[in-house]
Amino acid sequence: MSAPLKPSSLETLSRPSGLAGLAADWASDQRAFKNVSWGKAMMWIFLLSDTFIFGCFLIAYMSARMATTVPWPNPSEVFALEIGGVQVPLILIAIMTFVLISSSGTMAMAVNYGYRRDRKKTAALMLLTALFGATFVGMQAFEWSKLIAEGVRPWGNPWGAAQFGSTFFMITGFHGTHVTIGVIFLLIIARKVWRGDFDTERRGFFTSRKGHYEIVEITGLYWHFVDLVWVFIFAFFYLW
Amino acid sequence: MAPVEAHAAQQQHHPIKLYLVVWGLLFVLSTFSYLVDYVGLQGYLRWSLILIFMVLKAGLIVAVFMHMAWERLALIYAILLPPLLVLVFVGMMVSESTYVLLTRLLFFGAAP
Repeated sequence: MSAPLKPSSLETLSRPSGLAGLAADWASDQRAFKNVSWGKAMMWIFLLSDTFIFGCFLIAYMSARMATTVPWPNPSEVFALEIGGVQVPLILIAIMTFVLISSSGTMAMAVNYGYRRDRKKTAALMLLTALFGATFVGMQAFEWSKLIAEGVRPWGNPWGAAQFGSTFFMITGFHGTHVTIGVIFLLIIARKVWRGDFDTERRGFFTSRKGHYEIVEITGLYWHFVDLVWVFIFAFFYLW
Repeated sequence: MAPVEAHAAQQQHHPIKLYLVVWGLLFVLSTFSYLVDYVGLQGYLRWSLILIFMVLKAGLIVAVFMHMAWERLALIYAILLPPLLVLVFVGMMVSESTYVLLTRLLFFGAAP
């Protein structure tokens, strides 16, 4: 019996899920990760590479801290702020954490409204996310200025192990750079959403390709990753 | 719209409430990690709490916000397994740094 010929696009949809799907994907003669668009797969692979970079930074910091014979400064005291005459430990870092988590919340909602093709809500939520991101970078600039004023340098600090300064500026600096790039990325995509580029299939000026709402989710992946890295920096750098 | 995108869009239709709940949970977990430091817990209790809250937060972000829970198994394994191997690297560097500390103590004699 000859089965009716199916267009290949429909075949894509009928791929098995679960373990059978995993085997089918990795044994694929066409492309791996069926039903996952290239844009999304490539962002995930980029984030995987970024995971390794941040992983190496945190491991370098761990070995520097474990191998030093000079006492490591106590982050709880170093990052304390005086509020109303009382030293509150890590308060700025806690607020920065809440700001970043909130930006992740608004981003997740933006992705949701993007798939509902609600232009205004998507763009507004992305702008709010960018605003939270910019706030975070602003607070980080304040934190850096305060520490630099107190004499922290990449080669030393007033409280102990010299490696504290170098790892602090390297790790938080690299994370702050990611946040800044994310804010720019968010603003660019929010503008496209607002203008209706993905409804009118307007071609991008750089790639001259038609975009679609999935880019909101891909931007979201990058943004949530920035929050994700902060979870680890918060635990290993500030709470250790 | 191409079928691939139509499918992806269908898959990622979750109620807004789900995101608000996760957002709230992340707030609560962050507060708990902050309190660990604020209260001044020390030793193994401090470390187990910090790591538990960290893993829970990371899991929520990856699973729900980044939609990993609804992705294909092949992609999940391709992305989540490699970072686990970083733990081997961590183990190697822990051993290396204790050795460096030991040699420094031997030759410079200063206590940490």
